[in-house]
Amino acid sequence: MSDKKHTHTHQLQQASRETRHEWYGKTITLASVVGIIILVVAIIYFIGQRGLAAFTTDHVKVTDFLFSADWNPLDGKQYVGAAAMIVTSFLVMILATLLAVPFALALGIFMTEFTKKRLTKYLQIMIELLAGIPSVVYGFLGVTIIVPAIRTIFGGAGFGILAGILVLFVMVLPTITSLTIDALKGVPAQYRQASLALGATWWQTTSKVILRAATPGILTAIIFGMARAFGEALAVQMVIGNAVLMPHNLISPAATLTSQLTSQLGNTVNGTLANNALWSLALFLLLMSLAFNLVVRIIGKRKG
Amino acid sequence: MEQYLTQIAPEQRSLETKNLNVYYGGTIHKLHDVSLQIPQNAITALIGASGSSKSTFLRSLNRMNDKVAKVTGQIIYAGIDINHKDINVYQLRKQIGMVFQRPNPFAKSIYDNITYALKANGVKDSAVLDQAVEDSLRAAALWDEVKDSLHKSALALSGGQQQRLCIARALAMKPDILLLDEPASALDPVSTAKLEETLKQLRDQYTMVMVTHNMQQASRISDYTAFFHMGNIVEYDRTEKIFTTPRVTLTEQYINGSFG
Amino acid sequence: MKRKNNAKLQNKIAMITIYCLVGTVCLILLGILGYILGTGLPHVSWHFLTSESSSFQAHGGVRDQLFNSLYLLVLTLIISVPIALGAAIYLTEYARDNWLTNLLRTMIEVLSSLPSIVVGLFGYSLFVIKFELSFSILAGALTLTFFNLPLLTRNIEEALRTVPATQREAGLALGLSYWKTVYGVVLPSALPGIITGIVLSAGRIFGEAAALIYTAGQSNATVSYTDWNPFSPTSFLNVMRPAETLAVHIWKVNSEGLIPDATLVASATAAILVIVVLIFNVSARALGNFIYKKITSAR
Repeated sequence: MSDKKHTHTHQLQQASRETRHEWYGKTITLASVVGIIILVVAIIYFIGQRGLAAFTTDHVKVTDFLFSADWNPLDGKQYVGAAAMIVTSFLVMILATLLAVPFALALGIFMTEFTKKRLTKYLQIMIELLAGIPSVVYGFLGVTIIVPAIRTIFGGAGFGILAGILVLFVMVLPTITSLTIDALKGVPAQYRQASLALGATWWQTTSKVILRAATPGILTAIIFGMARAFGEALAVQMVIGNAVLMPHNLISPAATLTSQLTSQLGNTVNGTLANNALWSLALFLLLMSLAFNLVVRIIGKRKG
Repeated sequence: MEQYLTQIAPEQRSLETKNLNVYYGGTIHKLHDVSLQIPQNAITALIGASGSSKSTFLRSLNRMNDKVAKVTGQIIYAGIDINHKDINVYQLRKQIGMVFQRPNPFAKSIYDNITYALKANGVKDSAVLDQAVEDSLRAAALWDEVKDSLHKSALALSGGQQQRLCIARALAMKPDILLLDEPASALDPVSTAKLEETLKQLRDQYTMVMVTHNMQQASRISDYTAFFHMGNIVEYDRTEKIFTTPRVTLTEQYINGSFG
Repeated sequence: MKRKNNAKLQNKIAMITIYCLVGTVCLILLGILGYILGTGLPHVSWHFLTSESSSFQAHGGVRDQLFNSLYLLVLTLIISVPIALGAAIYLTEYARDNWLTNLLRTMIEVLSSLPSIVVGLFGYSLFVIKFELSFSILAGALTLTFFNLPLLTRNIEEALRTVPATQREAGLALGLSYWKTVYGVVLPSALPGIITGIVLSAGRIFGEAAALIYTAGQSNATVSYTDWNPFSPTSFLNVMRPAETLAVHIWKVNSEGLIPDATLVASATAAILVIVVLIFNVSARALGNFIYKKITSAR
């Protein structure tokens, strides 16, 4: 017995296989984590560096880039005005989101308030399917259904802002809906019971109590939807017509930041002003994405 | 505060704490100066109301509180202070095993539940592993019920069987001491009776420390009993003395059901 | 009294509006699925799946695109699963509440919200321009990994968090190291959820195009499916060759419109793409449940 205890004492004060395992586990998981951090920093650095080249080496004026609608970089640095694309990107994003929000709210209310289990489950699957359809497929549907429809109804080519909005509407709908559902589910059940007990109708309760309580969550959902709309490239590029023009009506062809990048990057030579100008568009996209993140954080902080 | 702690002869002590204090989150003082001598090859029961920190005390003994709390004071085991940063906690836990409140078998077969840690320790001989499985399942009084289904998932067992499997799993490591944290609290009366029977049979080979909410259980199977109240140890004595002639008023009130 | 009637009327209108909006969305989805499958499936034939695509004539197939999509998917998962697993384990098991954890969470959020075209452009500038890999499967797979990492990490993290703390305690109390406990006890318990997460992310990878057009490229090299040497330039396994996927093919065919049956080819390809993604989405949970049953029930 005493002999056994003696050897135990010995072991208890020495490192063992487990000590090594622990070090090993911490190191490799930390390596993955550091890898991800380096990756994000590298993305920001690379896009930043290339995106700034137009301003630093080609001396394009930042004010021209942001506020001029003259986009013809092949003709020189005075013609690097991205305003038309910036405006189109924002316009398309805002209108698609505005269109999607009522549908998303209706779906969210339907799924959290009406407790038909089966139907809710089918709707859930439906939203997941909508979210799962690849963006090029949406773009293809836009080209084969929406564009001809617009052409028939309004005349013109059909390719244009309206087609872009309609395609993006379907694409941001599942994003906004599923996050809205989460927000509505987060509202405590007592709120509803209390309001109904006071004699309020179902709609008064839902609109004045439930929706109000879920507002920060719904706003977050909308921001995520906007971010998706702003960053979507191929589907929009396929239907918007790709003409860098200031939008003057909804059926005129236009170009967003993403559509211009997608369609033109392959046509420019690396290092030229035309190429650098496109990277500046990418930088603008990156900064917008960071801004969306920031807004989501601010809303989240207010909520907590 | 009034206190009575019996002494255990040095050669019979298996584990001893000296002025053990536990702090959570830097400021919450959960356990105050607990000094306790735990005898070998006996069952020591820790009783007390919820929040008396008896589980906190138990979990400090095999350093399971390391990540969540700060533990000061000494824990003497095998002649050294095991509450020291240089102690290899992995080796320590092989010698001081633990069974938890809720049965927590791994999502593996019964056989793998017992052999997983052994294999991790480098035991490869399948005859040795087979023997360890049989021995520990017999010791935990589970062998006859599962010997034909060793490769079935442990999660398919009943709650009582799962808890005895957890005991077998701990015994397979051949520990000196077994810490039991309310091992019967999630079990029905029949399973509880069976578990108590198992523990009684293990008393001859292991030192056991058991937290329990159930005073009948403590009086039925333990040799020594320690009564905890709000993070302090109030009384520690042979079980029959605690339950028949407690020396501290607070203990008497608790035993009589005045609070708790 | 009048106010009450007003409220009741509003209630009714709100209800009807909600039903109409929900019904519209249902119709849109059914319309989309019906259209894609209805117009695309009739054109999907054995010939279509097994023949090369053509650049100018009709009756081309999508054999290479189909293979490229699957090959890129497999490579991407091989690279991204270990990294996501490592990061998720770090976040659930080791991370303390400190600046590093905060930074990491922010980084993952930023990465997950980056437009995929931006991730694609980063891949382009790093792999194609800086490392001179040219348009290649390798550049595509690495870029898709960047695109996939945040979501996959989050899915795996969620799966790990469903494993009760008592499982970790059980391992630690036996003297196992935390690491051994995590990969021997926690990971197997979380496996159903992890598999579901991986398959769901596979659906997203399979349909992604924007991150690929400037990394894996928009064209195909002629390859031989009998050349198993991955270092041979004509081998189908060669990762240094450019590769157009199904998703990119739809975009390319549509935006260039060089082949006379562009719409047919695109709709058939879209049908294949949607069916594969549907299979991934449906099988993700089924596979997870299956593995869960396998673990918990009698063998």
